[in-house]
Amino acid sequence: MKRSHEPIFWSLFGAGGVLSALVAPVLIFITGIIAPIGVWMPHEALDYPRVLGFAQHWFGKLLILAVISLFLFHAVHRIYHGLHDLGVHAGTGAMIAAYGSALAGTLITAYLLIAVGFG
Amino acid sequence: MADTRTIEIEVLRYNPEKDLEPHFQSFQVPFTHDTSVLQGLQYIKDRLDGSLTFRWSCRMAICGSCGKMVNGRPELSCHTFLRDYFPGKVRIEPLNHFPVLRDLVIDQTDFFEAKLPSIKPYLQPKEEKPLSEGTYLQTPKQLQDYYQYSQCINCLLCYAACPQYGLKQEFTGPAALALLHRYNADSRDRGWNERAELLNAEKGVWGCTLVGYCSEVCPKHVDPAHAINQNKVNSTMDYFGLRKLLMPRGGT
Amino acid sequence: MAQVRAYVRPMAGWWRRNPYFVRYMIREGSSVFLAIYAVILLAGLFRLAQGPAAWDAWRAALASPVSLVFHWLALLTVGYHAYTWWKVAPKTAPDLRWGNRPLPELVITAGGWAATIGASVLVYVLVRWL
Repeated sequence: MKRSHEPIFWSLFGAGGVLSALVAPVLIFITGIIAPIGVWMPHEALDYPRVLGFAQHWFGKLLILAVISLFLFHAVHRIYHGLHDLGVHAGTGAMIAAYGSALAGTLITAYLLIAVGFG
Repeated sequence: MADTRTIEIEVLRYNPEKDLEPHFQSFQVPFTHDTSVLQGLQYIKDRLDGSLTFRWSCRMAICGSCGKMVNGRPELSCHTFLRDYFPGKVRIEPLNHFPVLRDLVIDQTDFFEAKLPSIKPYLQPKEEKPLSEGTYLQTPKQLQDYYQYSQCINCLLCYAACPQYGLKQEFTGPAALALLHRYNADSRDRGWNERAELLNAEKGVWGCTLVGYCSEVCPKHVDPAHAINQNKVNSTMDYFGLRKLLMPRGGT
Repeated sequence: MAQVRAYVRPMAGWWRRNPYFVRYMIREGSSVFLAIYAVILLAGLFRLAQGPAAWDAWRAALASPVSLVFHWLALLTVGYHAYTWWKVAPKTAPDLRWGNRPLPELVITAGGWAATIGASVLVYVLVRWL
């Protein structure tokens, strides 16, 4: 009987699940609702120099990478298994597409975090 | 009796010798405050249609025989009461996710002949203990570690509740995996390695997506969802070679 | 037993037949919103790397009606994810005990919700004032 490799993906899913349970709602609220409208969050809060400074700082890079990467790994795990729930027979191709896209997102994020420079 | 009322019971009928597909049949059934769904079925069989076929035995929620879908929910029919559905109708179907043999009777062989034996449901102590050495001793805490998971009456409500079992019969399923945990958690047992191959496989704990409905419907509060998902952590630790490091009793 | 033509009921539409399963599918479906949000953040990082004009264009796009509707829906579904995450978190933990008495699952769940509230306040304060 083959040992499943799910533990790898489940661990990433779990880490992303905890992180998103902690901060995804507030991040969505801030970046997607109150900052664009300018309610409870001054327009200057997300100004270019301020956000750039955050992205150039090593800790900022760590947070940005963790958020984007783990959110993606959490989501693709659920989406991949959700296809099975919907009766779609998702095979190895779907698995590679799902986790591959999360990996691609992670690598692109890492590259961009280097591209923005260091503070 | 002044407090006798009448309720409509709609039952799924299927005769494999005559029918290509199941169909519903309705009956008007008198009931009082304490009439169970099972007693409703028995009234139909005794007075209205003797051909209605269904399993039951103890009438007191311990034998696990009388599981049925009642208005779309897996229930023990002896443990569910007609008064709670009145004035609506009661729709009774065989437990989901199992083949229907006849009327409300399902084919249970997958569970009893495949899933249950596959988890090695017996104590595997380190050494055979001769009778002369007396009984095994267990503290109350050691009993508590597995007691809840030993309460399963094999009623199969959790399998009827589990969409992953419904979608893929290979999945070992809630009751069997809860029982697997029951043995691993028993202080007298050293069988972790024997059960690990199944536990770590796709059809072991990894077939579960924590829908959680199994634990919702279990009449004995076994909480199979807890048993399975605890073991996702164990399986993960085992996968990364951490289990032997961190677990007591050297990982068995 | 003798050969019986057993009837196998189809699974199609299984989740629509029970409110419990509908809620499960909503929980799982929240991941689609989370994935899109992560991509929006990734796009923002990309625009940040391109300079101030590109960054401001990304910000302006977030103020569009489509974006606002998406983010409201995302907030609701991802909020539901957070709620259900802490609700089921105790299922992955071993049986908890306080001395001899079993610890209710609510302890872990409430701890989780408290952590979410705490983290949310912290993030808001940091973004607003740091």
